[in-house]
Amino acid sequence: MNNTFTSLFNQTSSSYKKWIQGVGTFGILLALIVICIALALCTPRFLTVSNLTIVVNQVSINALLAFGVTFVIITGGIDLSLGSMVAVTGVVAALFAHPDAYPLIVPLVMALGAGLMIGGFNGLVITKSKVPPFIVTLGTMTIGRGLALILSKGKPVSNLSDTFNFIGGGQVFGIPFPIIILIVVFILCSLLLHKTIWGRYMYAVGGNEQAARASGLPVEKIKMMVYILSGVLAGLAGIVLTSRITTGQPNAGQGFELDAIAAAIIGGTSTSGGSGTMTGTLIGALLIGVISNGLDLLNVTSYYQQVVMGIIIIGAVVLDGLNRKAV
Amino acid sequence: MNSSEPILQITHLSKSFGGIKALDDVQLTLHKGEVLALMGENGAGKSTLMRILMGLEKADAGEIIFEGQPLKIRDVKDTLKKGISMIHQELLVVPELSVADNIFLGRETTRWLPGWIDNQDIYQKTENLLSTLSVALDPRAKMKYLSVAEMQMVEIAKAISNNARIIIMDEPTSALSDKEVAALFRIIKDLKAQGVAIIYISHKMEEIAQIADTITVLRDGQYVATKPASELDRNALITLMVGRQIDLLFPDAIRIKEEVLLSVRNLTQPGKFTDISFDLHAGEVLGLAGLMGAGRTEVARAIFGLDPLAKGDIYIKGQKVNIRTPQEAIQLGIGYVSEDRKALGCIPGMSVQHTLTLSSLKNYVNQGFIVNRLEQEAAQLMVSELHIKTAGLDQGVMQLSGGNQQKVVIGKVLLAQPDIIILDEPTRGIDIGAKHEIYKLIRQLTEKGIAILMISSELPEIIGLCDRVLVLSQGRQTALLPKEEATQQRIMEHAIHG
Repeated sequence: MNNTFTSLFNQTSSSYKKWIQGVGTFGILLALIVICIALALCTPRFLTVSNLTIVVNQVSINALLAFGVTFVIITGGIDLSLGSMVAVTGVVAALFAHPDAYPLIVPLVMALGAGLMIGGFNGLVITKSKVPPFIVTLGTMTIGRGLALILSKGKPVSNLSDTFNFIGGGQVFGIPFPIIILIVVFILCSLLLHKTIWGRYMYAVGGNEQAARASGLPVEKIKMMVYILSGVLAGLAGIVLTSRITTGQPNAGQGFELDAIAAAIIGGTSTSGGSGTMTGTLIGALLIGVISNGLDLLNVTSYYQQVVMGIIIIGAVVLDGLNRKAV
Repeated sequence: MNSSEPILQITHLSKSFGGIKALDDVQLTLHKGEVLALMGENGAGKSTLMRILMGLEKADAGEIIFEGQPLKIRDVKDTLKKGISMIHQELLVVPELSVADNIFLGRETTRWLPGWIDNQDIYQKTENLLSTLSVALDPRAKMKYLSVAEMQMVEIAKAISNNARIIIMDEPTSALSDKEVAALFRIIKDLKAQGVAIIYISHKMEEIAQIADTITVLRDGQYVATKPASELDRNALITLMVGRQIDLLFPDAIRIKEEVLLSVRNLTQPGKFTDISFDLHAGEVLGLAGLMGAGRTEVARAIFGLDPLAKGDIYIKGQKVNIRTPQEAIQLGIGYVSEDRKALGCIPGMSVQHTLTLSSLKNYVNQGFIVNRLEQEAAQLMVSELHIKTAGLDQGVMQLSGGNQQKVVIGKVLLAQPDIIILDEPTRGIDIGAKHEIYKLIRQLTEKGIAILMISSELPEIIGLCDRVLVLSQGRQTALLPKEEATQQRIMEHAIHG
């Protein structure tokens, strides 16, 4: 396993060098470092272990969603139903997580299963009907919100077991559990995207769908797969969120899809498909987290934070476009 | 016909694309009220010549005199303003806009406010235009509800509204019924009477005989002859179009084996091709010849599972198969090198290595992960076997030259280890050296017993390489010629006459 990891990162530095140059993963990492240094100089509270732990812990839910949507965007699609899936799966998890009701595995499997089914529904409609993913997932976004309200009867689902609440609130060796989930999922997603045929096929489908089909790739299967991945990861995010706030909230997750898409795009995933890396997306999510944390520490109101975030998203895409022209 | 004063005179026109001469010292003379048929095989340079005239391409050398003045072509808009219009084979219309909107697109009359379209005026003008053409169409009708023939009339009306003195028509009848063709010819005759000159591009001999006053023939980018239409019969014309020596560029043929690898019966796709049947033997190169639009690529795509078949059976090594996707075709041992390598062969952003291994990636996997070493070895093998000139395996495939891109696409197909390979225009747009390497490669593959179905519009290539030639004409197979009988003359006869 150790070997696999080193070769993964070796590969990232050698044969994906072109992509990194093309989409600016290195640039975004540089931006993250510069901003961190600047914040450390501006406020002593930024560069402390406890503050950085808070940042990463806060980032974890957005990052999980962003990993899923990175797969989708690489194939040339989009998933707008992430936020609603977080709500549905969170409510589902909560419904099965009351103390002394079921073993811990049940709420987890049910929530992940709900994410899988909604993602599968997205994939099925997109591949069978040829309706653009934007429209399909826009519809699922509304459906999902409705389902969350139906399942919870419109009220927050509270009184959850302590074991369930550990997922979002507990610590292992002083590290918040969501951070551990984040790291494991990041490694798995990176391996899937960069080391397996499925990952390669995703780039091919997003880069040129016709050529991918003519090369004998199972294009429909790959599309199904990315929407299912997106759904399952949204389910995981739903579990972490519900556990962290110790309540299944049918109104949770509103707008989460936009933050996740922003993380992927800031991280260099091209909205036209065919390029992007998990590392980029992770850095994108961290960048968003660090900036909003930093602005908090500097007492900038959240109104201004939104303006800043919007400018960063547009800037990232403009840079991507310039890079593309240069290549 | 006023033969004394030419309206258009093109002399010494040349144009190269990356070392390949598309036009070499070409001339053309057109008079007022004349219908000139521009003839030649696919790739003879007709389209390039017309694109230069329209301002879509720039000539390297030569002179164009239009109405006694040297013509400085800047862009399409400028050409249109000067009175030269083209009716493209693929009609360029905006389906959601009305007939009148399409005709006056970009030249709308405005009133009251800048940008406020005076619909009354353009509808009126359109009605006048259409009535001079005796075409009954509602100027308010949306373009998308019109038939192809009606759209063509609208395009002609647009050309006239531009005050066109020359109208170029590129294969105008390819999608028309006989009745519609008659209506088009009536309009062409009216235009002639008004002094409009027409350059008419078509492969259909009957039409040429009916409508053309003069015929100019191009071949391999060179000017061959200009003759009055009345002086040329079909055979004389075909000889002018193909009359050339076959280059001694082709390696020797190998003996064909008995075994039938691919066998198709009565393949039919309505509107594209009908009742195509043939056998393909191990070690054989079967040529698929015909003019553009004869249905050759469509047959290939259907066999490979890219398009559905309406009717017909496919057998592989005697077993009946049902191919619904390229994935299934590849699993059955079929490989396909598309004529359109940009659209169907290459993926932007992918490296040479990743493109090469795309169809065979499963072979380099261990415990779910791609083993970079295995993948690299396979890619390296193809790079050296096919002499692919690349800066390295990491080089982006889109940065390679056309010939090397084509070799990468062929390498991708070969790594999937097919028994049957369909090559669709394998040497289009690549230089002569790369062409020869691909010819040698085809021979090497047949030596190994691989069967090849080759589509090509270059007759010397078909004749030089193929063991047998299947000729298609307008979606039907019109001849299956053994090597001894496959001459340019005979192939063209079957391709044109049916």
